Amino acid sequence: MRKHSPFNLAAIVVGLGFLYLPIVILVIYSFNASRLVAVWGGWSTHWYAELASDAPLLDSAFISLRVALISASAATLLGTLAAVTLVRFRRFRGKLLFAAMIYAPLVMPEVITGLSMLLLFVAVAIDRGFWTVVIAHTTMAMCFVAVIVQSRLIDFDTSLEEAAMDLGASPAHTFVAVTLPLILPAIIAAWMLAFALSLDDLVIASFTTGPGATTLPIRIYSEVRLGVKPEMNAVCSIMIGVVGIAVIAASLLTKLSAARGAPARP
Amino acid sequence: MKPEYSFWQKLVVRIPYAWLVAFFLVPFLIVLKISLSQTAIAQPPYTPTFDVTAGWHGVRNFFAGLSLDNYGFLGTDPLYILSYVKSLQIAAFSTLLLLIIGYPIAYAITRMPRRGQAVLVVLVVLPFWTSFLIRIYAWMNILQHDGPLNQLLMALHIVSAPPAWLATDTAVYIGIVYSYLPFMVLPLYATLEKLDEQLLEAAADLGCPRWKTFWLVTLPLSAPGVVAGSLLCFIPIVGEFVIPDLLGGSRTSMIGQTIWTEFFANKDWPTAAAVAVVLVCLLVTPIVIFQNHAMFQKQDMRGSERD
Repeated sequence: MRKHSPFNLAAIVVGLGFLYLPIVILVIYSFNASRLVAVWGGWSTHWYAELASDAPLLDSAFISLRVALISASAATLLGTLAAVTLVRFRRFRGKLLFAAMIYAPLVMPEVITGLSMLLLFVAVAIDRGFWTVVIAHTTMAMCFVAVIVQSRLIDFDTSLEEAAMDLGASPAHTFVAVTLPLILPAIIAAWMLAFALSLDDLVIASFTTGPGATTLPIRIYSEVRLGVKPEMNAVCSIMIGVVGIAVIAASLLTKLSAARGAPARP
Repeated sequence: MKPEYSFWQKLVVRIPYAWLVAFFLVPFLIVLKISLSQTAIAQPPYTPTFDVTAGWHGVRNFFAGLSLDNYGFLGTDPLYILSYVKSLQIAAFSTLLLLIIGYPIAYAITRMPRRGQAVLVVLVVLPFWTSFLIRIYAWMNILQHDGPLNQLLMALHIVSAPPAWLATDTAVYIGIVYSYLPFMVLPLYATLEKLDEQLLEAAADLGCPRWKTFWLVTLPLSAPGVVAGSLLCFIPIVGEFVIPDLLGGSRTSMIGQTIWTEFFANKDWPTAAAVAVVLVCLLVTPIVIFQNHAMFQKQDMRGSERD
């Protein structure tokens, strides 16, 4: 029997409080009727109403959504292929370099990733704008997708694939009919992560963007650099809400996949 | 046995491979090249540029035009050296802080009932999904002059005049610890969770006091998690931009900000590239350790799966 020591409980309560209190405070302030932080002017949705008429901000939100949709989908495709490569192909020339290129972007400072992408686009004389941001986000996110899908593929019971092939299915058919359905929840969760990463990114987008492709984080950053603004509290609260719902959906999906993948586990 | 792969299988390997070479490896080589170039008032703003039409002569001119001047410049200007030192110092100290704060949380989670553990892990990870920018902005709200923190401190009579939090190193540390906490707690939890409880019981049976069991058994066995968590935090913190830019003062210029300023404000691309190359060199050792660690863990997992 485990005893709940007061020290452990305190660590969890204080830890979670530290993680959530700032977000809660931000959301509460977004409903403050007063423009001043020090003054509580009563509850109000004034700042949310204000957002609806802020055309540049809405434009940016729309651009961010499109970038995130396209880059998350491309990253999921490329990242899944990369994961299959890493797990299923035992050895091939350049595997070490491949693995290095998958893991390095996970920890690479964003400033460097952004700078190097930008210099590439300049070197090959591509005009920067919407598509350059999409390419940059795809590259960054595919590595995260690869790691997630890879961990699912490692857990995977290969005898199912072997059975399909023994019964005469081609490798491609086996992949589509057996492997893909089993790793699908991981792929969906990875897509959501890629989507969230793209929606959140400021640094890489700042380097790779061009005229007419100002994403939401770039817009927010330029607004809040000089101080707190109530309208921005409202924007951030909406984003927190959207991301929160997406993550809860994703974690339910992963749980579902774990339950389906390992029904016999005690 | 040498495996034979079909055309389609080769294609599966080549598409992501080609993508990463084109958009991750090649850009790095370009950064390296530009760090050896000179600033120029031109488009693009550096020389030499590679002129394919000039043939062999062009190639020779190209290599003759490269120099290490930018690196020499970094060495002589204290601005850059201070910036590197500051970044490493902030990263090292905040990694230590993260360990001290993250370890008890990770440990406490493993002491909870199974079901609760899963929920707590999700709760720890959840804030990581909202953007860095929003979470840092939330702290701008809290730390500002007449913000909730100062109001609370004044109401409790802890301070008599509201202290300035924003534009200080303290604010940067708060922001970093806040943003990176999930990165530290998760790897720690992953290793602590695998800890064999019988070892702790054995130590207790043999009369070992609890703090000593922790020091002699738990802590050494959780070393892989400590290493993974520390690397996962330390490496990106060194190059952090958003946190010091929004919470730090103008005196706290970390290296990520220096690259940003050189690039966007000073339009000095070769210097920005050189600063970036030196940063990668500084980070290469921890990144290689991280990669080996990550790959080792995967293989380890696969090995135990087959047992």
